[in-house]
Amino acid sequence: MNRSFSALIAGLLFGAGLTISAMVNPAKVIAFLDIFGNWDPSLAFVMGGALLVTIPGYFVLRKKEKPLLEEQFFWPEATQVDRKLIIGATLFGMGWGLSGLCPGPAIASVGAFEINSLIFLGAMLTSAFGYRYISQRNASRP
Amino acid sequence: MENFTPISATLGGMLIGLSALWLMAANGRIAGVSGILGGLVTAPKGERRWRLWFLTGLILAPLLLTFIRRDYLEIQFPVTGTLLILGGILVGIGTQMGSGCTSGHGVCGIARFSARSLVATITFMAAGVVMVAILRSAGVLS
Repeated sequence: MNRSFSALIAGLLFGAGLTISAMVNPAKVIAFLDIFGNWDPSLAFVMGGALLVTIPGYFVLRKKEKPLLEEQFFWPEATQVDRKLIIGATLFGMGWGLSGLCPGPAIASVGAFEINSLIFLGAMLTSAFGYRYISQRNASRP
Repeated sequence: MENFTPISATLGGMLIGLSALWLMAANGRIAGVSGILGGLVTAPKGERRWRLWFLTGLILAPLLLTFIRRDYLEIQFPVTGTLLILGGILVGIGTQMGSGCTSGHGVCGIARFSARSLVATITFMAAGVVMVAILRSAGVLS
């Protein structure tokens, strides 16, 4: 198996999870965040179900030397809780609450052929790629 | 608390967890959608193909599932127009600046017991709750 094919499998599983859990539906997400209104706590179980698998799974993988198809694991190395993290997470949370979409569901909902989904995706991709591009350019400046 | 769906949410969550586990076990990568997306711009050439395949799976799975249940991709957008575009911009910038979203921080990061990811997750959840409360009090949500 090659890296592309295994990534496709991961993407399919991820997309299926987002669909079955209804996380692709912005109305469901906003209801989850609507604690002081008409609260629907269902989506807390999405995170719960995922952690049920990833916590023990990562614990085992941590002890392995390398993954099946790569020479090394790419575990994140950053540990600093800094301003960028807090400001970024705040902006993301505001946008998430405003729209009911985070990046995974935004992409997974493309197949709904719903104009609002495409509008959101266009705005998200433009700003995400723009931010990446500019921060990379600034970083490479002497 | 109408439409409470803890079982399908847990099942969907477990599939997302399985996806994250598979991508780490095979490719050695964190299944964070915003990170995979952002890497399309900044990662070296040979590191882009698997990202596109992951995103392809993410789009394909919901479409395939609609053959089983037609209403899987019948989604609703409580917020539309300018606010939705603003939401997309905030999600795009916020996730790149804060190095992750619901999947990268919320599922993968917390599973590694990363303090950074825990702080990010609490921050974006809180910001989302506040934003939805604002929308509700402003009469945007019905």
